[in-house]
Amino acid sequence: MDKKKYLDDLHAIKYMMERSSRFISLSGTSGILAGIFALIASFIAYITVYIKPENMGYLNTDLSQESKFIIMTIAAATLLLTLGAGIIFTSKKARKDNQKLWDRQSRRLLINLLIPLVTGGIFCMILLLKGFIGLIAPATLIFYGLALVNASKYTLSEIRSLGMIEIMTGLFASYFVGFGIFFWSIGFGILHIIYGIYMQRKYGS
Amino acid sequence: MKDLLKDLVKAFENKTRLGIMSALMVNDYLDFSSLKELLDVTDGNLASHLKLLEKGGFVTVRKEFLDRKPNTKYFATEIGKETFIRHIRAIEKLIQ
Repeated sequence: MDKKKYLDDLHAIKYMMERSSRFISLSGTSGILAGIFALIASFIAYITVYIKPENMGYLNTDLSQESKFIIMTIAAATLLLTLGAGIIFTSKKARKDNQKLWDRQSRRLLINLLIPLVTGGIFCMILLLKGFIGLIAPATLIFYGLALVNASKYTLSEIRSLGMIEIMTGLFASYFVGFGIFFWSIGFGILHIIYGIYMQRKYGS
Repeated sequence: MKDLLKDLVKAFENKTRLGIMSALMVNDYLDFSSLKELLDVTDGNLASHLKLLEKGGFVTVRKEFLDRKPNTKYFATEIGKETFIRHIRAIEKLIQ
């Protein structure tokens, strides 16, 4: 009885089921970098926008034309840096795993990530236009979390847990309006760094 | 033991065919080029294995046109799925 052959068959079946349905080359390094960029960005945003608290508990914001411009610039720069690092390190990882960066699996992952994410983006623009500034940070966290949960079917299962934690962080943030930037730096900064280190340990780079 | 061996399917005792069935189990359908990319085999090789699975009734084919180019979609049939699951169970028992 050649047990070895059957064991190999079983491994081949499992591998092919994973490979054909999920994008498995997520890079932990890009998670860590995204977290670091987010922390730096939220620190700069904090010193630009927030005015020293006059009363306990609630922080006042200064949203002059000038500081709005600085915030927009920081946001755009963070987005570009994060995307750039993500693409570079994910394609490195994909090459190592012998998987293509742009294939059926990664396309499906991206589409399912983008549906809630773009909805959230538009929703936050509307919040900004209507002046509901306090709810923007919580909304970005909640929609990002929902996007991760939705996309997790097409990639590594850890993404689902990360998504759930982001949603919870967002819900806390929406209750404690005025501390948006702190929750934001936890959700996008610290959680990404923890997640990145965990993925690096588990799957390598 | 005899019952187990009965559930092992000859058609699946090949690396490429095993790969095709595994991929079709977890996807609604796959077209020829995605299968080729996944399995890393030549056109002719893949076509002949697919033909064999089709003849066995494990796989069905739907031909469509996508941007005026022919696009062939492959599906696992209900029988194909059931047989494949029984095949996997038999392998698992044999290893134990």
